[in-house]
Amino acid sequence: MSNPFAWLGAYGITPGMMQAFVVVMVLAVVLGVILDVMHKHSAQYFFEHTERMKKFATRQLSSSEKTGLLIQTILSEVLTSSEFHNPKRRIAHLLKMYGFVLFVLSTAVLIFFYGASQTAGIWPLLWRLGALMVMIGGWWFWLALRVDVSSEGHPWYRIVRADMFILSLLGTTTFGFLWSITNSAILFFLFVLSAVVLFGGVYWSKFGHMFFKPAAAYQKRVLMADGSREHLPPFYRRAEVLDQSTMDLVRDIPADQKFGLCIMKDEPKHY
Amino acid sequence: MPTFVYMTRCDGCGYCVDICPSDIMHIDTTWRRAYNIEPDMCWECYSCVKACPMHAIDVRGYADFCPLGHAVRVHRDEEEGLIAWRIKFRGGRIKDLVAPITTKPWGQFIPDLKKVPAPTKEQRESQLLFNEPKYIRLDDGDLYTLESQGLKMRQGVYY
Repeated sequence: MSNPFAWLGAYGITPGMMQAFVVVMVLAVVLGVILDVMHKHSAQYFFEHTERMKKFATRQLSSSEKTGLLIQTILSEVLTSSEFHNPKRRIAHLLKMYGFVLFVLSTAVLIFFYGASQTAGIWPLLWRLGALMVMIGGWWFWLALRVDVSSEGHPWYRIVRADMFILSLLGTTTFGFLWSITNSAILFFLFVLSAVVLFGGVYWSKFGHMFFKPAAAYQKRVLMADGSREHLPPFYRRAEVLDQSTMDLVRDIPADQKFGLCIMKDEPKHY
Repeated sequence: MPTFVYMTRCDGCGYCVDICPSDIMHIDTTWRRAYNIEPDMCWECYSCVKACPMHAIDVRGYADFCPLGHAVRVHRDEEEGLIAWRIKFRGGRIKDLVAPITTKPWGQFIPDLKKVPAPTKEQRESQLLFNEPKYIRLDDGDLYTLESQGLKMRQGVYY
């Protein structure tokens, strides 16, 4: 499989220009995240909330415990997106996340190490695979899983500002993939335009969440572990509380026999 | 006072949008996060608070019985079939309560109240049913309706 970036020499685009573009995009992301954090006061709120909850902590966590929680956050919330309750959303997010990482990494390798070379080992395959993963997860999310469609009942083609990130991500990967199989100049232009919107629009889009969410997930774990729990009650197991008077109704019912489907498993049918 | 969403905790899953009986929990178009679009119409039924898997929704209760410094938080666990509450008073006292989830599928397990025996004299005079027999005229020949009193509606809404 050939390196698609090697075709750009025919348009007068040198490897140096491509590398400069990648560097500018990285700087745009950094600047966008910094401006986003400053504008929304995210870091200030984050630390104020942590300080407020410390007053209700019942125990002090040691540094080894905190390290353990950090590792658990990385292994669970970051690497497996375990915060998602809906399994379909979780799978779609995993496809998009790993696909995006593969896509960006292989783009950097192709541009910085293989430049104008037609052959680039396995990297062109990984580049296309990453794009495909994002496309599968992203289009599934856009057409069916997006809350605007699944809960609010809006049509899939309704676009709002909140869609800037997912649309630019889909544009980058879809146009990029199509360009890699057709070598069309228009598709290349749309690919670059989508990439500029994706990386340059961090201040206005949800791009920054990939940095905030792990920090928020770690904070949640720490608050649960130090006893403050953000004032949430303990998460009981049924067997631990069966002897309480409030459980009279259900004490004699077998544990695997629930009363009903409950609210989570019933599909919403309100529209 | 109404529900509000901690936007940092919300991931825009839409469970609160699906469950709200007043249809006032919706998704923000800028960040795709939930918010209460009509706080005045919120009943504080806690449906969205219980439904949120991220515990991202809380209620700002009226200040006369929910002073600053209080906390009322709930965790609904469908796997264990339990709903747990924690009430924190402003003085620091904490009360925990856990009870079973008894939500049933729509249209099923509806009790046949005609077959349930009427309360005994002791039950009617107990504190649990205080004044209820009088309010529903249990000893007076059932609830008063227009028909039972021989009245006709002259002006009003006909369904």
